[in-house]
Amino acid sequence: MIINKSEIAGLLDNLVKEYRVYAPVQKDGIVTFEQINEGTQAKPGATSKKPPKEILFPQSEELFNYQVDSQGLRMEDKIDDTKSVAFGVRPCDAKSMMLLDNVFHNDEYEDVYYTTRRKNTLIISVGCNQPASTCFCTSVGSSPFDTDGSDVLLTDIGDSYLAEAITEQGKEFLCKLNLPASDDQAKTKAEETKKQAQLTSEVDTTGIKEKLDDMFDHPYWESLYEKCLGCGACTYLCPTCHCFDIADEAKDCAGCRVRNWDSCMFPLFTLHGSGHNPRTSGKERWRQRAMHKFNYFVERYNASACVGCGRCIKNCPVNLDIRQVIADIKAQPLE
Amino acid sequence: MQKLTKEIQDTAKKLLEENKVDLVVGFAKGSLPLRSTPYFARTAEQAEELVWNQFCENNLANYLKKREEKVAVVAKGCDIRAIVALIKENQINRDNLYIIGVTCQGMIDRNKADELVNGKEILETETNGEEIVLKGKDLEQKAKVEELLYDTCTRCAYGNPVIYDELIGEEQPAKEPNFEDIEKFEALSAEERAQYLAKEMEKCIRCYACRNACPMCYCDTCFVDESTPQWISKRANSAKDNLIFQGVRVFHQLGRCADCGACERACPMGINLSLLTRKGVKDVKETYGYEAGLNPDDKPVLSDFETDDPQPFLMKE
Repeated sequence: MIINKSEIAGLLDNLVKEYRVYAPVQKDGIVTFEQINEGTQAKPGATSKKPPKEILFPQSEELFNYQVDSQGLRMEDKIDDTKSVAFGVRPCDAKSMMLLDNVFHNDEYEDVYYTTRRKNTLIISVGCNQPASTCFCTSVGSSPFDTDGSDVLLTDIGDSYLAEAITEQGKEFLCKLNLPASDDQAKTKAEETKKQAQLTSEVDTTGIKEKLDDMFDHPYWESLYEKCLGCGACTYLCPTCHCFDIADEAKDCAGCRVRNWDSCMFPLFTLHGSGHNPRTSGKERWRQRAMHKFNYFVERYNASACVGCGRCIKNCPVNLDIRQVIADIKAQPLE
Repeated sequence: MQKLTKEIQDTAKKLLEENKVDLVVGFAKGSLPLRSTPYFARTAEQAEELVWNQFCENNLANYLKKREEKVAVVAKGCDIRAIVALIKENQINRDNLYIIGVTCQGMIDRNKADELVNGKEILETETNGEEIVLKGKDLEQKAKVEELLYDTCTRCAYGNPVIYDELIGEEQPAKEPNFEDIEKFEALSAEERAQYLAKEMEKCIRCYACRNACPMCYCDTCFVDESTPQWISKRANSAKDNLIFQGVRVFHQLGRCADCGACERACPMGINLSLLTRKGVKDVKETYGYEAGLNPDDKPVLSDFETDDPQPFLMKE
């Protein structure tokens, strides 16, 4: 099907009436993924600074409220089942949601807060005609027009988007919009566009999991972290990082339990109640970050916890480049 | 710049070869355009990786605290101001530090360059003296280096290092500190100031890049990380708590902040953090005639008192 670019704002206006709609929004020179109230706010085709994972897994979320009074204890779960549409998600970010599904819904555990949002959120992606120089999605099993994780994929073919349904929900959604069918010319244009989207950055990740199997005690970790400031810019802007911390915020007999993103780069991340910290320096923290992304996650879910979006590369205050880290790991001699 | 790079490399090599230092902290070429990256050279061979250009934006004083070994640092004016302040606070042992001072004309603000090319991606740059060419796909934009400098750099009066063991680069013309930005903010009504700060603090994601990039932030545990008691909410979506975080940070920096702008440069969300730190710098200068990190021999201003203090409460029994 075809969506004319000039009709996008109107289409989103209609969606806002029925759904909670999220889209990339430009504010103060920064693109963020936010809930919009009108279609003109959206900037489809822009890549957000902070990834849209927070639609499903907010940086801070109240899990439940509680109150104790003469009647006893009352608790209220804050499960969010609002029908939502995320419009203009990048394929790498959609892919990251599939990776997050592994963590929040698996054989052992279901995170009802995440999965309820996930079930109620349609992901409309826009493929990348011009990947940035920091993008390396093709090196980590994805591509600029990857359909993994999307319900609908839009391809920018100039004045309009070609819309393809990827899932059943995506198909139903597109049917409801009453869009004109795509002709052969549009389909050919979309195919050409996809072919022309070339990445300039490549990293060889083959065998990195196996290499890391033998690298836990490798001296490489001694030098890797040296320039790292230990901030959370890389992890908080990463679409696949998903570690969190739980805090109770209470006053007298009422309060709420809040889940906040946490970062393995912080000293507090593994600080035990006893005062002991098994990860005392940046060495152990960086090893954890690299291992979690390219070894533990691969072992558990058969995919690396990196989609190659390049956000950590662009936003690291000291230019510690994950592509270089991957290359360095591959180049390290083993004893 | 190539000349400076060569001089820095030669100095670093000599220091390492003669075993005068175990380590040289400087900058190497970054992996992105408009970026250099902190670099740690321990051999003469590694010293050849050192560079100097207008992308050396980080404050390297951050890497010098509590070092056991003998270290040399390639440091610009603001790095050295932080070093002086840290020596006073016993965080750096001057006897173990060799300062390769580099005179500085300011560093280039990547965000300003991005703004100038209006969303296009800069893939390469070429600097010809006062001019820089930003290149990319369908992009060749010339700009004056001066116009792309960080605001903290254009207002800085300390391009010439205040202390050093060796000085590289030409002396920079003397300048007066400029606080026009802060005066403009002070002229706003209380409500307007509150509104502006609330808007800025909404952007914060609590990654703490500002705090960690700051050479003067070195508390064992920052108050925001305390949990018993929990002084402020851990939620990033609380702009009020974000402001408490930044506000307390600024108060803790009074008389200590070297006005280097490292906090703002590190912020991935583009928050105007130097507005707060520089307000502190200006107030301390006006109240006590003191600027941090300029004089290795004086005492940190808020750690000092005099018996003829005009406000006698300090001396009361």
